[in-house]
Amino acid sequence: MAVNRIRGAFAVPRKGETFELRAGLVSQYAYERKEAIQKTIMSMTLGKDVSALFPDVLKNIATQDLDQKKLVYLYLMNYAKSHPDLCILAVNTFVQDSEDPNPLVRALAIRTMGCIRVDKMVDYMEEPLRKTLRDESPYVRKTAVLCVAKLFDLSPAMCIENGFLEILQELVGDPNPMVVANSVTALVEIEEAAPETKAFTISPATLKKMMLALNECTEWGRITILTSLADYKAADVKESEHICERVAPQFQHANPAVVLAAVKAVFLHMRFVNQELSKSYLRKMAPPLVTLVSAQPEVQYVALRNIDLLLQKQPDILSKEMRVFFCKYNDPPYLKLQKLEIMVRIANEKNVDQMLAELKEYAMEVDMDFVRRAVKAIGQVAIKIESASEKCVNTLLDLIATKVGYVVQEAIVVIKDIFRKYPGYEGIIPTLCQCIDDLDEPTARGSLIWIVGEYADKISNAGEILTEFVKGFNEEFTQTQLQILTAVVKLFLKKPDESQGLVQKVLQAATAENDNPDIRDRAYVYWRLLSSDPEITKNVVLSDKPPITSTIQSLPPALLDTLINELSTLASVYHKPPETFLGQGRFGAEAMQKAAIEEQKELALENPIAADAAAAAVAGGPQQNNMENLLDIDFDGAAPASMVKQPAGGASGLEGLAGTPQRVASPAVGQAGNNMDDLMGLFGGGDSAPPPSGGANDLMNGFSGLDMGSSPAQQQPAKKTATNDDILGLF
Amino acid sequence: MISGILLFNQKGENLIFRSFRSDCRPRLADIFRIQVISNVSVRSPILTLGSTTFSHIRHENIYLVAVTKGNANAAVIFEFLERVRGLGKAYFGKFDEEAVKNNFVLVYELLDEILDFGYPQNTETETLKMYITTEGVKSERGIEDTSKITMQATGALSWRRSDIKYRKNEAFVDVIEDVNLLMSATGTVLRADVNGQIVMRAYLSGTPECKFGLNDRLTLGDTDTIGPSGNRAGTKATRAAAGTVALEDCQFHQCVKLGKFDADRIISFVPPDGEFELMRYRATENINLPFKVHAIVNEVNKTQVDYSIAIKANYGTKLFATNVVIRIPTPLNTARISERVSQGKAKYEPEANNIIWKIQRFSGQSEYVLNAEATLTSMTNQKVWSRPPIGLSFSLLMFTSSGLLVRYLKVFEKGNYSSVKWVRYMTRAGHYEIRSA
Repeated sequence: MAVNRIRGAFAVPRKGETFELRAGLVSQYAYERKEAIQKTIMSMTLGKDVSALFPDVLKNIATQDLDQKKLVYLYLMNYAKSHPDLCILAVNTFVQDSEDPNPLVRALAIRTMGCIRVDKMVDYMEEPLRKTLRDESPYVRKTAVLCVAKLFDLSPAMCIENGFLEILQELVGDPNPMVVANSVTALVEIEEAAPETKAFTISPATLKKMMLALNECTEWGRITILTSLADYKAADVKESEHICERVAPQFQHANPAVVLAAVKAVFLHMRFVNQELSKSYLRKMAPPLVTLVSAQPEVQYVALRNIDLLLQKQPDILSKEMRVFFCKYNDPPYLKLQKLEIMVRIANEKNVDQMLAELKEYAMEVDMDFVRRAVKAIGQVAIKIESASEKCVNTLLDLIATKVGYVVQEAIVVIKDIFRKYPGYEGIIPTLCQCIDDLDEPTARGSLIWIVGEYADKISNAGEILTEFVKGFNEEFTQTQLQILTAVVKLFLKKPDESQGLVQKVLQAATAENDNPDIRDRAYVYWRLLSSDPEITKNVVLSDKPPITSTIQSLPPALLDTLINELSTLASVYHKPPETFLGQGRFGAEAMQKAAIEEQKELALENPIAADAAAAAVAGGPQQNNMENLLDIDFDGAAPASMVKQPAGGASGLEGLAGTPQRVASPAVGQAGNNMDDLMGLFGGGDSAPPPSGGANDLMNGFSGLDMGSSPAQQQPAKKTATNDDILGLF
Repeated sequence: MISGILLFNQKGENLIFRSFRSDCRPRLADIFRIQVISNVSVRSPILTLGSTTFSHIRHENIYLVAVTKGNANAAVIFEFLERVRGLGKAYFGKFDEEAVKNNFVLVYELLDEILDFGYPQNTETETLKMYITTEGVKSERGIEDTSKITMQATGALSWRRSDIKYRKNEAFVDVIEDVNLLMSATGTVLRADVNGQIVMRAYLSGTPECKFGLNDRLTLGDTDTIGPSGNRAGTKATRAAAGTVALEDCQFHQCVKLGKFDADRIISFVPPDGEFELMRYRATENINLPFKVHAIVNEVNKTQVDYSIAIKANYGTKLFATNVVIRIPTPLNTARISERVSQGKAKYEPEANNIIWKIQRFSGQSEYVLNAEATLTSMTNQKVWSRPPIGLSFSLLMFTSSGLLVRYLKVFEKGNYSSVKWVRYMTRAGHYEIRSA
């Protein structure tokens, strides 16, 4: 094998880039060799395959020039897999280097050895690793410690046999804080990969050591330690108190990630200490959290998403800080939307005036998503704070007066919610009715029609308005049609004498001329009801609706608790538990693939011929994909096709199978607020049954109609379905 | 943790590809290019596809991307990318495509040093510069030297060598404040705060212990948790009258002993050698705004907008601000601007839709006016003009918006040498925005 390869490598053409590089690599002049190595690495970065040069690059490994050595090592790490046999030739140099008098060289050697993922290398690693773990230089030790984690990844058995785990546990007590931090990192990693090893259990002694190291090690080490402290279950109240006390000073660290990690640790341990103390910690963490909002946009985004979570758990911590969350003109859109979300959350009677003035400004901007969100926020505040509702309504009326299409539409939707909470704003109905002609979105039209139907007895020309809508009934959106139907029936029940003709007309149109089963069904229901007893109909159609309490979306408590444990991670940014967006485990592509294969097997038992055909179709797919599909993110020799990903729009005959992508764009983008629904979808589906498909959702929207039609889930059905499709496409 | 660090240029060409774990495959570069760089609708810095997450930031004309698997710590990733950006700037001056291409070996070396198996290691610029240099470290540098470096890179004082000697011991303290303002069209201050930083350049021998004092009443946490120094001095107004400043929050360089600060409110530290940011702080009370702007923007009709902008300096007559630039947004369909100013120069910049009004030297208490008339071309579809706010930038020496002053800087060292300390104050514009009506 090896011989063949070497021969093959030598038999390449005598010109071209590879040839030139090879000539350089074996040149007699050191500078030419170095230059050639650099060029090789350059080609490697550009994605060219320069693995054919492996033997020649390897010749340059024994050098005094540290730069050159690093480059050769970099090359080795990249191509070791393609020449596993030749790697052995490098072993000698590694072993030698690991005993070099220069600690930088020793560390470099052990660091690189761990990254050469070739089985044969593993056998040679034991000695150097054991030595470097006991090295006198902490720099080498901290590198060796991480190498144990690398080794464990390659060969857990060997790692355990040689007692490396014990050494690691011992090094948690190292006098050097950086070694401590890296040991903790390595142990946590091993524990996560293989919980059965019980690699990392915090005893009172290790706890003490970690606390000591916390104040001395580098910022990144602090994060590791803080995160482990957060996950640690304290034995008693005293221990929790102690942890909080030691961690709280880290709130003042310059690194935002340290601050968040400290907030997480204190927030989790604070639950066990007495109320007074925990209150004082809450007060202490507020200013650092606010400071995070002046970080760079990306860090700020992570911070804002986390603040959103913390506020759902502890609504009062930032109530004095409204101004900080005002949007800057140049903030990227994802920040603006998130800031709005938080502003609504911390709105109270004291700051509401300030906030409304600000929201009104936002509603005058040009970014459509942002403007809509701002208008929506006004409505949310109105419903949250009763005393401010009048001001909010006035603000909304001002906005309607601007006659900007999408502002008016969003305002109408929002006002419908306000009607559902507070009676007594019927006076503004005429103003709303004036903009009927400007409404072209189903939700906005639906909302206005709902208002007309609901207050039909107070609107003198309700009949006229609805007659207009009934005329164009067949051209309306389904959602609007349902709304017209209901509104006309309400009108009839309230003013039976003047609208009998209208109700018959609409029922006729809905049953005879319409082919949508939802509409026909609802029309028939009304028809039957009306023809039986008007009183019963009144009880059904005009029954009191429960007032809405809040239109601010909050996560379900169980989910919130899970997410609090995940503060500052991706899960806290997406507001979703990790398993739902990471495409692994139960909902993951892998599981689905397995299920598909199982099904194939069963099928094969029952009906061999049909199974053959199906199997051919399936088997052809994944294999082909392995080779062709650029998007097989998780393509790895060991797990073929199981995690195959496809582009959202890329058709490659496999959609029906397991590998549809789970695309999670960041949640605040586009339609802030819908992520909740998606989640509910996933959750609602529960553990046993898959969540409803997009189609089912449509149906549900249809049914829930608009009598109750303003819970957030139904506000943007079109968009929502789209998102759901993305995530649920898996099924 | 981080599986790989990728750098791209704006066209989506992969400049640097460094994987730290076996699950970061070269193909990921293509995916990022397709899904993020060439996808204009992506507006978020995070994208998760399957179990792979791409987190990116942009700087100059490059993308810095971190690839992670699983539920990684997002704050760490972005802060780390931020550090990479900072390191790049410190090493190359300008961290752009050209710098990366010309120094790709160095970039690889740096990445190798600051990340191991995807876990961030020491990212202190000063420390790294000791052993990763543009000339390359030669092994002949001496073993003692390198072991010292490595000791420092990992030690409890990872930011300082022990054998520093200066003939003249000096320390320079710069108090730099970025003042942020958001003023409504009617002149009410919607939001005013100060983000300050204290930058120190320490040229001190040995291992000096420094103690640093400000004229603040550190109101961190709550007044009653303040240690011995806090005498629970009544309301905020009385405090301001007593010449003290209330800082909302402060953050310190890792050299500051946080435990000590938490307990006794004393800022004590052993400084790194050379320049570093000692602390950052935030203040929101009693902000002195250096400039008052009064703007009248009048849309006379569909083809004309009149501007009348007055700006007044609100600081002592002895001081003067430099590089005052006022950016006045104009409608997108502006055809021509005619402007008159009482001081400085004003110019219309069509590509940015701005009138730029520059005043090189703006002395205290003076007031200047700009009058301008914008002629607009008529457009077929009249789009509303969202009226972006007027922006200001300036820098003003010997003035702090928060009123912060350095009280003392004491240096204790075994050698007992005397040291000279210099303090400088500067206020700059952060987001200094005035909405126009």
